[in-house]
Amino acid sequence: MRALAPLRKVGVTGRGLVVALPYLWLVLFFVAPFVIVLKISFSDIDLAIPPYKPLIEWIGKNSLAIKLNLNNYAFLFTDSLYVHAFLNSIKVAFISTLLCLLVGYPVAYGIARSSGTWRNVLLFLVVLPFWTSLLLRVYAWIGLLKANGVINNVLIWLKLIHEPLTLLYTPLAMYIGIVYSYLPFMILPLYANLEKMDWQLLEAAEDLGCRPWQAFYKITVPLSRNGILAGSMLVFIPAVGEFVIPALLGGPNALMIGRVLWDEFFSNRAWPVASAVAILLLILLVPFMMWYQSVQRRESAGER
Amino acid sequence: MANSADAVKSAPWRDPNARPYVELERLSKSFGDFKAVDDVSLKIYKGEIFCLLGASGCGKTTLLRMLGGFETPTSGRILIDGEDMTGVPPYERPVNMMFQSYALFPHMTVEQNVAFGLKQDRVPKAEIAERVATMLELVKLGGFAKRKPHQLSGGQRQRVALARSLVKRPKVLLLDEPLGALDKKLREHTQFELIGLQDKLGVTFLVVTHDQEEAMTLASRIGVMDHGEIVQAGTPAEIYEFPSSRFVADFVGTVNIFEGKLIEDEPEYVRISSEELGAAIYVSHGISAAPEATVWAAVRPEKIFMSTAPPQATHGSDNIVRGAVQDIAYLGDLSIYLVKLPTGKVVRVTQPNTSRHAEAISWDQQVYLTWDPSSPVVVTR
Repeated sequence: MRALAPLRKVGVTGRGLVVALPYLWLVLFFVAPFVIVLKISFSDIDLAIPPYKPLIEWIGKNSLAIKLNLNNYAFLFTDSLYVHAFLNSIKVAFISTLLCLLVGYPVAYGIARSSGTWRNVLLFLVVLPFWTSLLLRVYAWIGLLKANGVINNVLIWLKLIHEPLTLLYTPLAMYIGIVYSYLPFMILPLYANLEKMDWQLLEAAEDLGCRPWQAFYKITVPLSRNGILAGSMLVFIPAVGEFVIPALLGGPNALMIGRVLWDEFFSNRAWPVASAVAILLLILLVPFMMWYQSVQRRESAGER
Repeated sequence: MANSADAVKSAPWRDPNARPYVELERLSKSFGDFKAVDDVSLKIYKGEIFCLLGASGCGKTTLLRMLGGFETPTSGRILIDGEDMTGVPPYERPVNMMFQSYALFPHMTVEQNVAFGLKQDRVPKAEIAERVATMLELVKLGGFAKRKPHQLSGGQRQRVALARSLVKRPKVLLLDEPLGALDKKLREHTQFELIGLQDKLGVTFLVVTHDQEEAMTLASRIGVMDHGEIVQAGTPAEIYEFPSSRFVADFVGTVNIFEGKLIEDEPEYVRISSEELGAAIYVSHGISAAPEATVWAAVRPEKIFMSTAPPQATHGSDNIVRGAVQDIAYLGDLSIYLVKLPTGKVVRVTQPNTSRHAEAISWDQQVYLTWDPSSPVVVTR
């Protein structure tokens, strides 16, 4: 491509141009909005459209004043509602991740040890729910868990209970919903890792005196560490911000930070505070994202 | 510990009163309709290096895995040191295996890999450290204790696998194609190292291989396997010089096989008329076969004498043929000649290149082939 020759002289390569497009996309739709949110988080609230005072103002002809309002952040740290919401979100996400691991590991293990045709079928079944809307599936759970829902009706019909069980609007329902929705994110990275495992290592372990379950936790589990971490991050990070499922299944008392943000933004029109919540949430999750990245890098380098 | 070379020098397999260390009694294994191992009975004695030799799919690996406890026999028994181990799982057998792929634990160091089996046995820490260090010295990996498998070369990994399988002092060590992944020079070197190690530790080895050179070098006895059966078991010399069938004769080394009919059958000699040879074969030992039976005479290439001048006839026209040199392969230490007989049969002859300036025999040259009457081995199947 001779047309590029003059460009090459200034350091622009064909490869560079190809990467430039997604880069531009990222800058436009991620970096720019992020900067805007950051800016709003430092502003004052205002009864106007937009509902916040400008950050940078001209004072006189040659002076620019940048006013950073740190009250928004201070407010979040002092008001117990927000602290509570953050902690509760982390707690729910953590427990959901654990539950996903407990349920997902045996599934991933089973798929990894199954033979060719079965394996494709099972993987397809894991991915199939993604073909329907998440919200529809959550509503389906409401239908299953409510007082006169399917589960209660079947149990009463089988004469196992006389009064319907309170299943909906409980922490149990919320966890069922989150685990159900996020399970494929745990299974697939775990499977990807377990699939690469040399099963003869287990035979070697047994040959050296391990019983099968010992071989599992001494060999299989340590070697699947990267898969466990990857799956856990893929569940934990989005689950912290999750609030739709807790709202629909956990009831109004399920206090999640995502819900708080939504309320601040839409109900209170307090954009600066809402923005501060968003920034804090991001800062909270950045270490986990970085950890995930380093795990992925180590995995692709073939280590451990 | 008694030198295992002494143990096998006495050829315990010839002694009917000797107690076998490992005994396979009518062992069979079927996978659905496919019979991988077919009614195999074998006695292996203490201190032996026994090699199961065969082509891919002959059942040797299945047999090895049954001994290790990784496959359950369909029928038959396995006895190790007198005890019935047929249904015993691998973690309870006094047997260890060295896998073809080495199967080293990638998340553990060399030290931890070797110590693994000892830790399972709840051996005290101090003793583990000592035994691991000794074993690593023995396999010449003294300074590599803290390395991980991915930081080692193929040969080094093999030695770790060996150390790991021997550190528990098993009664029997199973080796699955131990030298397959090594290059030629390393293979030769490791062969002798293995023998030395086995001799020092006195462990009974059972090796599975498809490489007959490996089997001939390592083994005190070889068991040739075909289609799930052991067709012949014996010392390398016995297998090579006294094969019991065409299959064994052809499998180990190279051989010329002449089909013929038994025309004279006496206690001290037999004569076989062979159309494909174009002459009769006089063999100076008796065989047992039906009269006029179809038999095969197997003559090893190195036992055929090739000359441009007619050789001295010892039994009339028996054991002498003429032919033209069709192909020559010069291998440095010896040369392989393919000589085409008037009948169309091609005979393989090897001759050592004893002189640097010898008058070389060239293509299309007419030559005489002859052999000593004791050289042919007559097989009836």
